[in-house]
Amino acid sequence: MLSALPGVLFDGVAYGSLLFLISIGLSVTLGLMNFINLAHGAFAMVGGYACVVATLRYGLPFGVALVVAFAVAAIAGGVLERVLYRRLYGRSPLDQVLFTIGLTFMSIAAATWVFGSGQQPVRLPDTLLGQTRILGVDVGIYRLFLIAIVFALASGLALLVTRTRFGARIRASVDDARTAAGLGIDVERVFSVTFTLGSGLAGLGGALGIDVLGLDPTFPLKYMVYFLLVVVVGGAGTIVGTLCAAMVLGIFDVAGKYYVPWAGAFVIYALMVALLLLFPRGLLRRIR
Amino acid sequence: MSVAFSLPDARWRAAEIAFWIATGLVFFVFPSHLVLASQVLITGLFAVSLDLVLGYAGIVSLGHAAMFGTGAYVAGILARNGWGEPLSGLFAAGLAAAAVAFVTSFLALRGEDLTRLMVTLGISLLLYEAANQAGVWTGGVDGLSDMQVRDLFGLFPFDIRGRTAYLYTLAVVFLVFCAARRVVHSPFGLSLRGIRESPRRMAAIGSPVQRRLVVVYTLAGAMAGIAGALLAQTTQFVGLEVLGFSRSADLLIMLVLGGAGWLYGGLVGAALFLVAQSLLSRLNPVYWEFWLGLLIVLVVLLARGGINGALTRVSARLGLARRQA
Repeated sequence: MLSALPGVLFDGVAYGSLLFLISIGLSVTLGLMNFINLAHGAFAMVGGYACVVATLRYGLPFGVALVVAFAVAAIAGGVLERVLYRRLYGRSPLDQVLFTIGLTFMSIAAATWVFGSGQQPVRLPDTLLGQTRILGVDVGIYRLFLIAIVFALASGLALLVTRTRFGARIRASVDDARTAAGLGIDVERVFSVTFTLGSGLAGLGGALGIDVLGLDPTFPLKYMVYFLLVVVVGGAGTIVGTLCAAMVLGIFDVAGKYYVPWAGAFVIYALMVALLLLFPRGLLRRIR
Repeated sequence: MSVAFSLPDARWRAAEIAFWIATGLVFFVFPSHLVLASQVLITGLFAVSLDLVLGYAGIVSLGHAAMFGTGAYVAGILARNGWGEPLSGLFAAGLAAAAVAFVTSFLALRGEDLTRLMVTLGISLLLYEAANQAGVWTGGVDGLSDMQVRDLFGLFPFDIRGRTAYLYTLAVVFLVFCAARRVVHSPFGLSLRGIRESPRRMAAIGSPVQRRLVVVYTLAGAMAGIAGALLAQTTQFVGLEVLGFSRSADLLIMLVLGGAGWLYGGLVGAALFLVAQSLLSRLNPVYWEFWLGLLIVLVVLLARGGINGALTRVSARLGLARRQA
């Protein structure tokens, strides 16, 4: 039982890092504009399909396909933000929920229409297949690759937010959008850029996650709860909080499925309700 | 005493009476569509119960199916294990759903909108998983069939054409609707609207906000449970999807289509939604989902307040035009 623990932990971390990658954009947009975007998973799905099309139809290498996935999802996010999302800021949560549920339904129907309802295959490069042994634990190379990418990106994001002028603008806008606007920060533009970046990261996560999460048209609904949960538990607008929440969730989900398979998804939902009640304003807010 | 402080006018208007007579006439005019008509009424009742919570008390819930599913499963399990008498089954289902609503209300009513949304969603997902795992009782993924619902009053069997089912549903929905109408027009209902507008001010003038919300959540839970039980008894089947997320999401959509904060909004929205669904999904279920999504997006962007809001606006504009002319 316990001998499997390191392996379970490793898989949990890999799963958690995917959740982080997809959710971080949602977290920042929620913290920035108080916008409840249930359609965020759709951008991850767009990235996943872009990756599938790039590798299988155009024969691009996996690395290039990841860049394509990022770009396509970022463009989709940027355009939608400009055309549609913008009109919904400041509206009631109910309007935002309905609007984004509508978008989610449309994305599911469109994906089914274009790609069919089946699971999409992904061809990973040979160098990422197989297993390796680290500290006496057998780990999948692909998952190791995943964790490495996500930690590199997370550090990059942390640097972006804490060390650059743009990061300072984001932080100021999250803390108090009105005061930030009063100081001459173009909050709307900050939001557009972060939304685009967040959608792109979600797309990258969707592409990287095909092997772990799977990819079919119901993806945005199937994982919606997970992404929202990461954000709400982590506390909107914090990178570290989102990372912690994603890891906790990933590890508990994998461990739950391994140790108590009869409980199914029960573990994760129970954890969700408990965490929400204990930390109504997010993990980190409470500690502070 | 000025008008502003008096209770809303609770007298039945002519349009309302006509509405209910029309639902009765459906029985004679569309004898071959009674199954769909029953579905519309049941879903309408479910939407009215969400309206109490969302439209009147202002609680955004993404997990209202939790109570609906509880009612459906309680009625289903009772009927399967020898308790086939429909009215007492309905009562038991309502009680069980009210109990679930009461207990979960203490979790669901904490925090702000986003937390509430997530907690209600989480609770319904928990129940979904529980029903999925408790296959011995609920039939799991296969659903609960071989229910034995006895004749209504020992006289009227539930026939295959759904005649008894429709009249039974209509009667129950009408009675529960009257109860909801009474609640909405009572001082309690007025205080709910006050809480929706500003919980802080209501607390400041001495209204027990939290207790009011718990009461209305429980009440709406009982109504949702009755709706679920009606579905179980009239279709003699309970599937896992009674607890599913899309049931809650579709319900929210119907209510907003019809217009929240207006009791008939739920019924009208459910009718529009289900009739459109049965027409469009015959063409292709995938397209139906696409058009539904588009419709919601457009309603949110353009037509705030749903059908009711649009009608009000049109009539206001007509009135204005008349005055100018």
